[in-house]
Amino acid sequence: MKRELTCIVCPVGCSLIADLENGKVVSVSGNSCQRGRDYAQTECVAPMRSVTTTMRCCGGEILPVKTDRPIPKNQVMDCMKIINQRVAHLPIAVGDVIIENVFGANIVATKNMGGLGNE
Amino acid sequence: MYDVAVIGAGVVGAMTARELAKYHLRICILERENDVSMGASRANSGIVHAGFDAKPGSLKAKLNVQGAAMMEQVARELGVSYKNNGSLVIGYGDEDKQTLHELLKRGQANGVPKLTLLEGEELRRREPNLSSEVTCALYAPTAGIICPYTLTLAAVGNAMDNGAELKTNFEVHKIISHDGYYEIVSGTETVLAKVVINAAGAYADTVAAMAGEPFFTVKPRRGEYILLDKECGNTVSHTIFKTPTKMGKGILVSPTVDGNLLLGPTSVDMEDKENTQTTKDGLKKVLAEAENMVSGINVRQSIRSFCGLRAVGSTGDFIITSKRRGLIHAGGIESPGLSASPAIAAYIVGLLKEQGYELTVNPQFNPNRPAMHRFKEASRTEKNRMIRENPSYGKIVCRCESVTEGEILEAIRMNPKPGDLDGVKRRTRAQMGRCQGGFCTPYIMKLLAKELQLPYEQIAKSGGESWLLSGTTKEGN
Amino acid sequence: MTDLVIIGGGPAGMSAALAAYDRGVRDILILERDDSLGGILKQCIHNGFGLHTFHEELTGPEYAWKYEKQIHEKQIAYKLNTMVLDITPDKVITATNETEGIFTIQAKAIILAMGCRERPRGALHIPGTRPSGIYSAGTAQRFVNLEGYMPGKDVVILGSGDIGLIMARRMTLEGAKVHAVCELMPYSGGLARNIEQCLNDFDIPLKLSHTVVEIHGKKRLEGVTIAEVDPKGEPIETTKEYIPCDTLLLSVGLIPENELTKQAGIQIDPVTGGARVNQDRQTSVPGIFACGNVLHVHDLVDFVSKEAEIAGIAAAAYLNGVPETKTEISIKTDGKIRYTVPEVITEKKDITVYFRVSGVYRNATVCVTSGKNVLLTKKKQKVSPGEMESVIIKKEMLEQIDELMFQLEVQS
Repeated sequence: MKRELTCIVCPVGCSLIADLENGKVVSVSGNSCQRGRDYAQTECVAPMRSVTTTMRCCGGEILPVKTDRPIPKNQVMDCMKIINQRVAHLPIAVGDVIIENVFGANIVATKNMGGLGNE
Repeated sequence: MYDVAVIGAGVVGAMTARELAKYHLRICILERENDVSMGASRANSGIVHAGFDAKPGSLKAKLNVQGAAMMEQVARELGVSYKNNGSLVIGYGDEDKQTLHELLKRGQANGVPKLTLLEGEELRRREPNLSSEVTCALYAPTAGIICPYTLTLAAVGNAMDNGAELKTNFEVHKIISHDGYYEIVSGTETVLAKVVINAAGAYADTVAAMAGEPFFTVKPRRGEYILLDKECGNTVSHTIFKTPTKMGKGILVSPTVDGNLLLGPTSVDMEDKENTQTTKDGLKKVLAEAENMVSGINVRQSIRSFCGLRAVGSTGDFIITSKRRGLIHAGGIESPGLSASPAIAAYIVGLLKEQGYELTVNPQFNPNRPAMHRFKEASRTEKNRMIRENPSYGKIVCRCESVTEGEILEAIRMNPKPGDLDGVKRRTRAQMGRCQGGFCTPYIMKLLAKELQLPYEQIAKSGGESWLLSGTTKEGN
Repeated sequence: MTDLVIIGGGPAGMSAALAAYDRGVRDILILERDDSLGGILKQCIHNGFGLHTFHEELTGPEYAWKYEKQIHEKQIAYKLNTMVLDITPDKVITATNETEGIFTIQAKAIILAMGCRERPRGALHIPGTRPSGIYSAGTAQRFVNLEGYMPGKDVVILGSGDIGLIMARRMTLEGAKVHAVCELMPYSGGLARNIEQCLNDFDIPLKLSHTVVEIHGKKRLEGVTIAEVDPKGEPIETTKEYIPCDTLLLSVGLIPENELTKQAGIQIDPVTGGARVNQDRQTSVPGIFACGNVLHVHDLVDFVSKEAEIAGIAAAAYLNGVPETKTEISIKTDGKIRYTVPEVITEKKDITVYFRVSGVYRNATVCVTSGKNVLLTKKKQKVSPGEMESVIIKKEMLEQIDELMFQLEVQS
């Protein structure tokens, strides 16, 4: 079975074709780098996505956050629920872990807030 | 008990309230919308017509010429920009020239000063961008341009500064006549007044009928417009009309007093008094006609299209009359209603005097409205003085129109106070530039929320159900 | 007198400042109208930035911080909440802020980095009413990402530019229902990866060759009528469809903000809407440079940073008195290639020329000629208006020519 995919790894957005046999990817074409091949492999078996969103802070501030690695695609909305229920405490610096281990990823801040450098 | 209740805060109601404020009277202005100037006075061409259009002897002709002559002073007192840019009615060929000649004679009969017919070189020198097919024009040097809602706002503000009251969101449902006074009832409130002035615009007939005098009707006539960026403001310097035909005046091309270029309006009669939708065909027609009149109109520079309704009365003339003591109607005030408005106000006060109301002059009346700061137009020294006295005049909120935080706060605190985002827009021009509020909307909402002591998410665009935000994030799942 | 004044503290302004600093310029001042550095990146909380520049995937705020941190470390001066009101051809800048009032600065060199704005509804002439609930996608992005408010719950998006696509996902994640993304053209203006991860992931339909033909609702938006358009862009009556919604987001194009540029008497390229520049991003006024989205709208911030570096380095050279060359090779395009940046070459050296195409073309060949001589060809599997392309023009190619022609040859 062949499956057509659009690679989301980088802005080039290669059109990929993955050859599947018994649920396993046996070959990938259309990619222009190794990461495209890897993407097709996971996308066909267990698709993963990074989540970027915001989180409320104790003083009502809005903090941008992200998962530090992709999580299973079908858990994205559950991940949002977890983040939305929590409140972050300031000060926070870029890269600080705000919530640990949400579907295998940490939720980290992507902005400095309430401390040095930034607002 | 009020001495006078003015129903409708359009330009006629506003000017009348201001005229009445010159006397010792308790005045109340009743407006059904969340702000003043929300009907025909909000969306029209903003032209002070010279006065050659109306039939000699008509009220329209008389009040137009009188009003136009008063406008410059009124505008100065109210701190409203007015520009005497002159108008040209353009013609294509001999037949039009004949019509223009008749128009000239009519204008002279109406008492319009300094009308002349222009042709050839002289016409091109005066207005170089006229389309090459234009051969002649009637030049009216006394015509001008003004912003209709700024004038209305300022007139209401000045009336309020002199003691008049304004009730917004007051939609008249019933008028009950008593001996010597009237009871005006809205859904929630009742106002008593000895005199009622009906200046309800498109609904003047409805209000007249409520008072038991259904002797005229008002039909709305739609007009669609396109507004172009200030970069196009110099395309023409005069207001350009087409030679009128049986089908009416046609569309105009004009600079606005704020420096944009305005094209429109179409002219379509209809029944629905609420329908201010723009249409594909209407906007197409505006562009096509404008391009036929003036060369070099750049459609890509358009920043907004809109539609207004003119209140067309059933008699063909302004209907300004009284059949019963203390109840005066001002209906069918279509074009040139804006130009005539100062004269209409004086005429209405004259009617009251004729009915035997003794009006005593209020010596404390101040005809001048405190001038609003205009950062953009101020000199460098003035700008620095403004900022020194109040640093918020140094903070530009609307980038496109260079409107400062100080000006917005000033507008929010000044009579009549705005209650929504569009209200701030009409008072300050913030959000009215080329990005149409793309950058400054959230910021203005914050200022409004703080000043009106409302939660941020309760700020509306234009009253009622025109909410801007549905709630906060993080509530979705 | 200030050596280098940079108008705008977004990604272009910061990158230009750092590049000039690295070439020895110390007297630098950045003027920023907002209350912090970073520009539009502050509200672009999604990732996808920095793959070219930092070889890692960053969010907008993270990408901005990489630059801002260096601005602090190198103690490059900046003024916030400061609006530039005027620039003269003699490089006198007039600006205002709350603390200093109106002030002027005489600059030796200026870099314009003011960015761009979104095309508003008025430019589109969509018929109908004018209720609340119609926002440009960037304004909605600010409400959601910086202020924590939702502009509405039932959304239709007009235009498939990247901001529109990103907002489709963002609104969905926050619990709104995005009913459709309509695109007037038969192709999307956004990146393929964004169609995949922002629309397809959430089953949001992308309706190509569709537009909004009418807006409904008196006070708040109540719905839109959409329709398919024929190849001339005219709506097809029989395809009209009403979609109830309370929010319409517009992602219908970005316009470089060049009001100051025009005031300074700088020549504008009518196609890009930005200044006409040479290979150093110098405008028609010597010593005034432009870079980033104020020059032409970029698809990736990485390219903005790169272009700003060119401008920063060139401004440093100008300040150091590097003599001007007298070559003038103008670059012409065939229409299939809409524009190039630079538009003119004034120095014979290796130059990367960036360009955008006017439609989606497959198996196309970019062809650079001078008179009858073909100087360069480059085959492309696919080119589209949403993506910026580039070719490198070698110094040798520029000998003895006074004009370059950029063409796109397409097999029918």
